Amino acid sequence: MTDARDGALFAYVLRLGDNALVLAQRLGEWTAHGPIVEEDLALTNVALDLLGHARMWLAYAAQVEGAGRDADALAYFRDQRAYRNVLLVERPNGNYADTMARQFLFDVWHHAVLQQLGNARDPQIAAIANKAVREVAYHVRRSGDWVTRLGDGTELSHARMQAAIDAAWPFTGELFAADAIDDELLARGIGANLATVHATWRAHVERVLGDATLAVPADGYMQRGGKDGRHTEALSYLLAEMQSVARSVPAQRW
Amino acid sequence: MSDSARAQWPLWEVFVRSSHGLAHKHVGSLHAADAAMALHNARDVYTRRSEGASLWIVRASDIVASDPADRDALFGAAEDKPYRHPTHYVVPDGVKNL
Repeated sequence: MTDARDGALFAYVLRLGDNALVLAQRLGEWTAHGPIVEEDLALTNVALDLLGHARMWLAYAAQVEGAGRDADALAYFRDQRAYRNVLLVERPNGNYADTMARQFLFDVWHHAVLQQLGNARDPQIAAIANKAVREVAYHVRRSGDWVTRLGDGTELSHARMQAAIDAAWPFTGELFAADAIDDELLARGIGANLATVHATWRAHVERVLGDATLAVPADGYMQRGGKDGRHTEALSYLLAEMQSVARSVPAQRW
Repeated sequence: MSDSARAQWPLWEVFVRSSHGLAHKHVGSLHAADAAMALHNARDVYTRRSEGASLWIVRASDIVASDPADRDALFGAAEDKPYRHPTHYVVPDGVKNL
């Protein structure tokens, strides 16, 4: 991983790509299992948007690395420890409230980050971010809408939405925990400022949870590790499913 | 979702105006709990391949439709009146959308 010509930039872009790829794969699990056909299609659209982002990020990461790998090699031939996504996106789908809580908490962060990256002093990152941010603006609206509907819905949907937000909350701290890579990229005028992202995220999340008559959980112990390759067990099953075909017939063309 | 729960979500008719189209065209229908969800769903179900520049959503129950049994009474009288068709006019060059 550290052999890349620009190790910090490689790691930074890889994180963006892995977030999108892992969440796309998770959402793909809902295909043909959605609560209604319209919602099934809508969530699949979001998954495809994210898969498109992952392709762009991983292709750029491979280029930065300069080691002869391409986006597919990064997606299909890295093991769990080499994945750099935040833990939040690898969490299992659970019920629809769980899926929407995870999506909403991520979407708001994702949108704030991409807005900043649109001005990155790296033309490729700026271009990808500016393309992705338009799609993510819609993701934020959609997931926020569902959080509000379920939170401000029936007694049962309210209870499930609150439980889902509570369960996902300990995985939000990692989104804003800047490490040496984040600091370096920020100093180089490329990376997002996670402190301002946090302020934007907090205000948005509080507003939507308020509309949804949901309580904002207290910040307790926060899980972290994904950005460094220390993942939950859930990711290994996801990768096994995603990678098994590519690995059983390497170099196959489709 | 059970049939009874599904039945509570009203049906909406979706009309899309394509980028180069002049009028909204009926493209299909969908179920949604309210107008805002119907608009979201229409975007996701019917404009995935950049078909549209504008969407109209109408609650299906708000559409007043003619009864097929009334076909003769409503439309039969027009069938033997070819002079109502403006086919004898010459359309000037350059008029594309008459």
